[in-house]
Amino acid sequence: MGHFVIVGILVIVMAVLTYLGLDAAGLATQMHPVAASAQAAPIDQLWHWEVMVVSFLFSLIVVPMAYSLIVFRQKKGEMLDGEHMEGNANLEIAWTVVPLITVVVFAYFGAYSLGEVRRVDANAMVVNVTGQQFSWTFEYPEYGFITTELYLPVDRQVVLKMQSADVIHSFWVPEFRVKQDVVPGRITEYRITPTLEGSYKVRCAELCGTSHAYMESPVVIVDSDAYDVWVAEQIKIAEESKTPEGQGKLLATKNGCIGCHSADGAAMTGPTWFNLYGSDVKLADGSTVTADDAFIKQSILEPTVTIVEGFPPVMPPYALTDEEISNLIAYIKTLK
Amino acid sequence: MKGFFSSALARGLFWQVIGTLVGAGLVTGIRAAMGLSATDTFFFTEPAWVLGGFIGTLFFLVGSGVTGDWIKWARGIDTPDHHEDHYAGAAKFINVSLDHKVIGIQYTLVALVLIAVGGLFALIFRTELAASELQFLTTDMKLFGQNGPQLYNTLMSLHGMIMIVSILLGIAGIMNYVVPLLLGAADMAFPRLNAFSYWIAVPAAVLLLSSLFLGGFDTGWTGYPPLSVRAPVGMQMFFLGVFVAGWSSILGSLNILVTVIRMRAKGMTAMRMPILVWASIATSLIALTATQFIGLSFQLVMFQRLFGMGFFDPAKGGNPVLFQHLFWFYSHPAVYVFILPGLGVISELLPVFVRKPLYGYRWIAMSSLGIALVGFVVWAHHMYTSGMNEYLRVPFMYSTLLVAVPTGVKFFSWVATIWKGKISTPTPMLFVLGGIVVFLMGGLSGPPNATVSTDLHLHDTYFIVGHFHDTIFGGFVFPFFAAIYYWFPKATGRRMNETLGKLHFWLMTPSFFVLTFGMMYIGLIGMRRRIADYDPALGIDGVHFVLTIAGFLIATSVLIFFFNFFNSIKNGEKAEGNVWNSRSPEWQVPSPMPAHNYERPFEVVGEPYDYGLKDAGFVKFIEEPAKGKH
Repeated sequence: MGHFVIVGILVIVMAVLTYLGLDAAGLATQMHPVAASAQAAPIDQLWHWEVMVVSFLFSLIVVPMAYSLIVFRQKKGEMLDGEHMEGNANLEIAWTVVPLITVVVFAYFGAYSLGEVRRVDANAMVVNVTGQQFSWTFEYPEYGFITTELYLPVDRQVVLKMQSADVIHSFWVPEFRVKQDVVPGRITEYRITPTLEGSYKVRCAELCGTSHAYMESPVVIVDSDAYDVWVAEQIKIAEESKTPEGQGKLLATKNGCIGCHSADGAAMTGPTWFNLYGSDVKLADGSTVTADDAFIKQSILEPTVTIVEGFPPVMPPYALTDEEISNLIAYIKTLK
Repeated sequence: MKGFFSSALARGLFWQVIGTLVGAGLVTGIRAAMGLSATDTFFFTEPAWVLGGFIGTLFFLVGSGVTGDWIKWARGIDTPDHHEDHYAGAAKFINVSLDHKVIGIQYTLVALVLIAVGGLFALIFRTELAASELQFLTTDMKLFGQNGPQLYNTLMSLHGMIMIVSILLGIAGIMNYVVPLLLGAADMAFPRLNAFSYWIAVPAAVLLLSSLFLGGFDTGWTGYPPLSVRAPVGMQMFFLGVFVAGWSSILGSLNILVTVIRMRAKGMTAMRMPILVWASIATSLIALTATQFIGLSFQLVMFQRLFGMGFFDPAKGGNPVLFQHLFWFYSHPAVYVFILPGLGVISELLPVFVRKPLYGYRWIAMSSLGIALVGFVVWAHHMYTSGMNEYLRVPFMYSTLLVAVPTGVKFFSWVATIWKGKISTPTPMLFVLGGIVVFLMGGLSGPPNATVSTDLHLHDTYFIVGHFHDTIFGGFVFPFFAAIYYWFPKATGRRMNETLGKLHFWLMTPSFFVLTFGMMYIGLIGMRRRIADYDPALGIDGVHFVLTIAGFLIATSVLIFFFNFFNSIKNGEKAEGNVWNSRSPEWQVPSPMPAHNYERPFEVVGEPYDYGLKDAGFVKFIEEPAKGKH
């Protein structure tokens, strides 16, 4: 009997210590990192309960094991047997039924929590999201502009309607806690109510190819006044983009070119467009060509015909019209 | 080594090369005749490589000689029941043997080789991950037709599948070696099928590894389309390698089940079978019936690539999420295949080292079957964020949490087995105890993944990576080492070195705790899976560095194990008797185990785990010589 009492006390102590340890690491009252959405609240709360139960169960198993290893040790040189216990039907029923009830309760809370996360606000604003190798673009249908940064007003539910242009991606902002795959051939929905102003990042969370690691975009949450200012700015930029160069820049964003080609010389999956137009380009087969209109057009329509040296042959073809290609070239020419 | 080039292994590999050229040549010739392109980046076109890989496998099997008896029978020629082993020493293991003990060791050796290869890949990418920014796997380096990040994706993907195959071969090694001994049988029910199941795994491993040299692939071991439809030729070698490896699993499981049903010793009723046999039954039931689904899911992608069939292409009316359903319908039960044998090893060994019965034997036996059954209806918990119907997530959450119940039965029973025992901790027992604790950590990190809302944060992060490394190490790796240290004397008549064994354990275990806690921690913070580089702004560079060190320490401990293993074969302390004082039948005869196991058959006269009960033997050897059992 004494053993049970001691072990019982030790289990409680160890459970509390485990919980406190996890809490000190910032892993108990909330998952990491800071919670920045309304949806994070039920998720973090469920996590908190799970951490408590996990701390208890960990101790429940490990403490009696450790205790036994010390107290019931076979002494050196001895060859005795342990107590002949075969089983106890009541105990075994108990440790089947109690966990059964516990998991059903947790499943119920889990379903409830999911319901809270998916709660619909009829006044939610809509943003269309496109994921493609290797960039995110955001289209605001209310105003008609496209951006590479997701700006949202705080405390207002937004529903992202997401699609993929190529392979499966996944939209994840750790501070929002919610993740949703972006699948070609369908539109998936991501409902979020940001509650904490700040700068975050959306990080693609489904392996999508070579540059999956770099498929990240800024997500900025601001108060509604700052948001209105930003919207006005974006509308102005869209207006000014009626020039061929502006249209070309938009195309580069919308088609995801910027996912592999930088405008400023940065090394990415594909060759940079900075100082590209008119330059001499060394190809993988050893020859050199000039990056003129014809070269750029072929690189868009049939990218695998000429591969630039030092770059992988992974660019897919883009079926752009002559006008679109001419706008893109106009934009590329501005990058000096 | 003398005789290597005439061995079945060498012959098989030679003929695999020939067969690959024959198959690839055939397709190339037909394509050229049809006016299609005959060559590609890696010389042969993709269809040529695929047929080549397939024909290469067939040529391996015939060339190695493992199909020899069947071919003879088809021609009306009789063959003797037994093939006495003509080979001595190491040569035994690179030639065809019908002896389940040799086959069990062959499986174990290949598993260890694959663990080393998979582990090496992990060390490579763990080194890259030690700091943010790309250090050596950069965009301007090129190896095997891949730049740094592409090579990272290939190595990471292969790490996963090579380790999975090593697990399947490792459990086959344990079950093949031990199950007939526990049952009192002279061999498995189908010795030639047994040899075939082993030998087919060799060309499968070759195909898998060949993907590295054929452009690699960037999808992870899960191979999701549409990405896998666009991946290089290496993707096909991956699919084909897994498809072929699946045959080993399916046929091996069939053999185990028939052996258990038909070849038990006299008096061995169902409830008097050693617990590892129950675990083997549950494992084999899953592997026999579910493996087909991963083969089929990969086959459909192969056909989409080769013939343009749009199974998973939305433009052709296909649906990428269907792949995931088909894939995970096997791949979830597969993880129970990975761990049930190891959990059976834990249950089998605990009584020996605590000198007490296995507490609640019947419940533990049933819990293995319970896990196998429930394991079939949880698969879509891998797909909570996939875009499948939202309401489907709830029933899968219930079923997933339900698996905790039979698993809990095992944990509580183990604790009750240990309680009030007389406990000693030689190396096998250390790995058993370590396995229990590590598997506990894996199991406890399960529920946050099971509840959908929390999984929305955790999915595809290093939290999941930590979770499954815990469950796999606890359910397979630790028990695998325990089984090897434990049954090594039975196979060789010598013990492995106890000091080195303890060093292996004490180096591996704390490092492993650090590794998996660290993984779960950074996953929570924002570290995604399957990325070659991570944002320095996450502030996890320091933790990553520690994880890399931990990885290298684990690798070092495994090297110590390898040295101990191979050195002890010739130089280990002699151990020809019942070194562990076990009640189990195989330990009642001297070591190494004789060729046909039990010269005198035994009869079961008591319970397997009645330690501490006077005059309560488990088996009694029958004095008359065996009649027709061979």
